[in-house]
Amino acid sequence: MDEKKALRALRDRSLLYLEDVHKCYGPKIILEDIDLAVRKGELCTVVGPSGCGKSTLLRLILGQEQVTSGALLIGGKPVDTPNTDRGIVYQRYSLFPHLTVLRNVMLGLDLSSSFLTRLRKKDQFRGEAMDFLEQVRLGDHVHKYPHELSGGMQQRVAIAQALIMKPRILLMDEPFGALDPGTREHMQIFLLEMWEKFKMTVFFVTHDLEEAVFLGTRILVLSQYYSDGEAKDGNNRHGARIVADYPLAFEATSTSVKKTADFGSLIQAIRRNGFDPEYLQYVTEFDLRHPDSFQTLDDIDAG
Amino acid sequence: MEDEKVDGKTRQEESRFLGLYARPSRGLQVLLALLPFVMLICVYLIASEVRFRQNPADKVVPTIGKMAGAVELMAFTEDKRTGKYLLWEDTLASVKRLALGIGSAAALALFVGLNMGLFPGLRSLSLAFVTFISIVPPLAVLPILFIVFGVEETAKVVLIFIGTFPSITRGVYLATLKIPTEQIPKALTLGASQLSVVYRIVLPQIMPCLIDSTRLSLGSAWLFLIAAEAIASTDGLGYRIYLVRRYLSMDIILPYVIWITFLGFVFDRLLQTWISMRYSWYLVSKE
Repeated sequence: MDEKKALRALRDRSLLYLEDVHKCYGPKIILEDIDLAVRKGELCTVVGPSGCGKSTLLRLILGQEQVTSGALLIGGKPVDTPNTDRGIVYQRYSLFPHLTVLRNVMLGLDLSSSFLTRLRKKDQFRGEAMDFLEQVRLGDHVHKYPHELSGGMQQRVAIAQALIMKPRILLMDEPFGALDPGTREHMQIFLLEMWEKFKMTVFFVTHDLEEAVFLGTRILVLSQYYSDGEAKDGNNRHGARIVADYPLAFEATSTSVKKTADFGSLIQAIRRNGFDPEYLQYVTEFDLRHPDSFQTLDDIDAG
Repeated sequence: MEDEKVDGKTRQEESRFLGLYARPSRGLQVLLALLPFVMLICVYLIASEVRFRQNPADKVVPTIGKMAGAVELMAFTEDKRTGKYLLWEDTLASVKRLALGIGSAAALALFVGLNMGLFPGLRSLSLAFVTFISIVPPLAVLPILFIVFGVEETAKVVLIFIGTFPSITRGVYLATLKIPTEQIPKALTLGASQLSVVYRIVLPQIMPCLIDSTRLSLGSAWLFLIAAEAIASTDGLGYRIYLVRRYLSMDIILPYVIWITFLGFVFDRLLQTWISMRYSWYLVSKE
């Protein structure tokens, strides 16, 4: 009983809450029994081997796809089709190629208001969009088209475009994956600045471990490499679970932390827990160190 | 004189024109482009001169002078019977049919192609049907059109419509499919409704593609126009050509063909210019 009460309390104070979430495509299980609670203001990064279902998890939270079973709540309400509660930044295609930078950022305000409001508040919308573009330091490029900007600038516009809607949670799907290493580091610092300034809650999917540890206040490792007592061969694999969940305490103000020993050993631990197909932990032994992490193991023999 | 260059023995000279890695200079490119035109005109001039010397009344290969006289007659002299300038009357009638036919085809194709590309249900409903329609040879249904719509304007416009609608629809449909699927949830997170996704996000991105598909369909539109006019009409460029054919009036037919070609070229260019002025982002994404 106490356990149930504690779970309800956790659910009530979490912005994002998943319990027993499964996702299958036909007979193929992608995600298995995902339990996750994320509180407001967290910058939660997700890593895992390629093909483990990171992006699927993100699409479920976005509402682009529906869970096969389980509960997925945002602010206590079940997730429906995509709406203004959630913002999204993709690796590519976040911007609309036929609109100028300014138009792209204004788009959210335009789309979510009626025709008359749009006419009446045109200048106000424009001003607000200009404000955001100044904040992402693109004030000089507002009349260009996306294709005229560099990859890093495009992603900054995409962040401004999502932020102007003040989403409760910002989803990012490998947003810096297509950038060169230098630009990538700039963008990481930039994201942290924005995160502090706007008090955002971010759910950040990446395949880059270093990036995940550097950026996050919490890191989730999603992986299909674990053991639950059932024999599985190559074709009949498990769905991925959260196999590790760490709070991150790094004061991420400078990229120099990436060179420290603690940083390195954490990355080693994650690599072993999540990325090594030979190293299979039993489901009850996952390294779930974050205070909000929980596991509902209905079908597994906990002994 | 190009031939002389090509005959040159050194590799450097050869690589200016022949071979996979040839790099013709800008001037040479222009020269090469003009060459076939110049040759065609020369051959014609010589042939018409030879024929003229043999028989001054020859009609098959009229001299430039004779053609100029015919143009003068058709374009700048009032017709004795109707009091009108025939070339301009014909042009107006033909262009009107062409614009009506291909314009209505483009408008409907935009609507059908867009919805077919976006909504799986509508795709199931219409894809097979549009594919079927596109295989029906339009000229084979022309008699049906004449029977149903009569020999007036409607049948001709409908023929152009039937001939161009399927291919434009297909162009729009494929362009809609090419829009990254991420854009739809993205637009929804920005507060778009389903309708505004279609008409404010996807439609503006499809517009340049619609213009492009229409441009490519212009060629077949001309074909159907001239065919319809040749069979049943009282004016139009195609009608005139087929009318004067009875009198072997090559001096009229040739300028008309050149005029039609010129019009086709101008329309093509106009649409291209429209795209590059209004949709600069589209040209970049196409590369």
